[in-house]
Amino acid sequence: MDKKIDKSQVKKVAKLARLELSEAEIEEFAGQLNAIIDYVERMNKLNTEGVEPMAHCLPVSNVFRDDVIKESLGTEKTLANAPQSDGPFFKVPKILEES
Amino acid sequence: MVFITQDKRQDKITTILDSRFRGNDKRMDWQSAKQLRDKIATRRTNSVEATKAVFTRIAKIEPILGAYISTFEEQAIARAAEIDKRITGGEKLGQLAGVPVAVKDNMCTTFGTTTCASKILANFHAPYNATVVEKLLAADAVIIGKTNLDEFAMGSSTENSGLKQTVNPWDTKRVPGGSSGGSTAAVAAGLCYAALGSDTGGSIRQPASLCGVVGLKPTYGRVSRYGLVAYGSSLDQIGPITQTVEDCALMLNVIAGHDTADSTSVDEKIAPVVDYLAKLDEPVKGLRIGIASSFNAGADEQVRKAIDEAIKTYRNLGATIVEIDMPHLDYAIAAYYMVATAEASSNLARYDGVHYGHRTQNPNDYIEVYTKSRAEGFGKEVKRRIMLGTYALSSGYYDAYYLKALKVRNLIRGDFVRAFEKCDCIMMPVAPTTAFKIGEKVDDPLKMYLSDIYTIAANLAGIPGISIPCGFDDKKLPVGLQILSPAFSEEKLLRIAQMYEKQTDWHKKRPLI
Repeated sequence: MDKKIDKSQVKKVAKLARLELSEAEIEEFAGQLNAIIDYVERMNKLNTEGVEPMAHCLPVSNVFRDDVIKESLGTEKTLANAPQSDGPFFKVPKILEES
Repeated sequence: MVFITQDKRQDKITTILDSRFRGNDKRMDWQSAKQLRDKIATRRTNSVEATKAVFTRIAKIEPILGAYISTFEEQAIARAAEIDKRITGGEKLGQLAGVPVAVKDNMCTTFGTTTCASKILANFHAPYNATVVEKLLAADAVIIGKTNLDEFAMGSSTENSGLKQTVNPWDTKRVPGGSSGGSTAAVAAGLCYAALGSDTGGSIRQPASLCGVVGLKPTYGRVSRYGLVAYGSSLDQIGPITQTVEDCALMLNVIAGHDTADSTSVDEKIAPVVDYLAKLDEPVKGLRIGIASSFNAGADEQVRKAIDEAIKTYRNLGATIVEIDMPHLDYAIAAYYMVATAEASSNLARYDGVHYGHRTQNPNDYIEVYTKSRAEGFGKEVKRRIMLGTYALSSGYYDAYYLKALKVRNLIRGDFVRAFEKCDCIMMPVAPTTAFKIGEKVDDPLKMYLSDIYTIAANLAGIPGISIPCGFDDKKLPVGLQILSPAFSEEKLLRIAQMYEKQTDWHKKRPLI
């Protein structure tokens, strides 16, 4: 079987997904994702030339509401579940190095 | 909240099942939600009595079953008392007045937690109620608890719950199905009168089938998804899980309708909501049932036998059988697991350790806030689906996997459009097998995915589907019949289901738990 997803591929995708994986998980996922993708490739048997991609099954698009200000959650409720907050802000570790 | 570990639970299960308790059902009389509602309304019983009886049963059975992530006994009884008082005062109440119901724990409630059965949301207190929760409350229902699920609704057995294991009330060594396994187990075991589930690829219908209850996935857009924690946004739909078809119609009456907070809920001018109970007992005249024989042949022999018997019942009622060709259904699983995981990988990006949910301790930099918080908070199946979806959307693979899947999705929709020109509904199994053993498929994700073969096409096409009890296999495990119908034809779908239920008493069979 042609291996589509190897360990380096898994690491790359994990980085894109912002997921830290253990070595054991990388090993396991490489095997499993490969088997799943292998199965998924059965779609290639179908000729889809000229078929519109269907992202959604409803005949609705561009749903607008009237441009009226409505009540929203408010700072207190919004921050209530934050792991760390400071006044009206979410708090995170320093992102920029000091120059 | 107390989580019983698997070992301790096995001991407990054995003890309880071996004792004289088995089969000694102390719950009132297994009445349906509608029967209870009518009794409460006419003051032959009251909501406090009914709610207390449910909690008495929960105290006995829940340690075995593991259906609930949280329950609200005190709050529920207080609310029941308030409803009783209003009834005594002569007030006209809502459609579910006084009825104890449960909600899957991926729907937001301002009371208790909304965990999605994930460690990443274990302490999450939603700041608002989901629209369906508001609607249940407006209908004067008593919400007694929130049910277990596969983490973020990703799974077919409820084994992927990050918080606890739910077992099947018909055989406690087996899975209840998933992802709404907590809701279906609770309804089947009489730990609530009705419940809400969500269905992205079969998560209402498959566990309903495995637990022997009724489960409806409405048309995409029929029920508001506002406050339903998103998994696959173009596929997710909330629906009722009940003891009878009538209860299903009653629950749909309460939850259906347009919601300005969900732009994908459909305008009632386009698809009006009707009273689903009004004509429920009117049989559909000249019913034409579509069957895709070769597709159905993939199910286990005993499942097929039960389905064939059910179709025979319809034939005896005057229905005609139409053979239909669904050439693209064999590709539904492949397309689904690309579309659903792609949407999931995007939806679950919000769990970043910043706004809410788990944050890792002592990260070295801001990147680790993301990578470690997510690694610690998500379970294996969620990680696997995020990985799969991220891969399908990543540069160089997007066209081959994601875009291809969207095209296949359109072909599958076309299969249904053509089929419904020839028939009113399509009947097929819900699942290829009855309930499987706990642990049987956990190490082989692809094998688990393949068990969704009969349910996922309805989500891809956006059409409604119902699972109703239609028999048992030789292990005394329930089998479900699936009926699919065109978009927004729930009224007819429920009437078709009701025709069968009136002829049979499968829905009255109860597990000996």
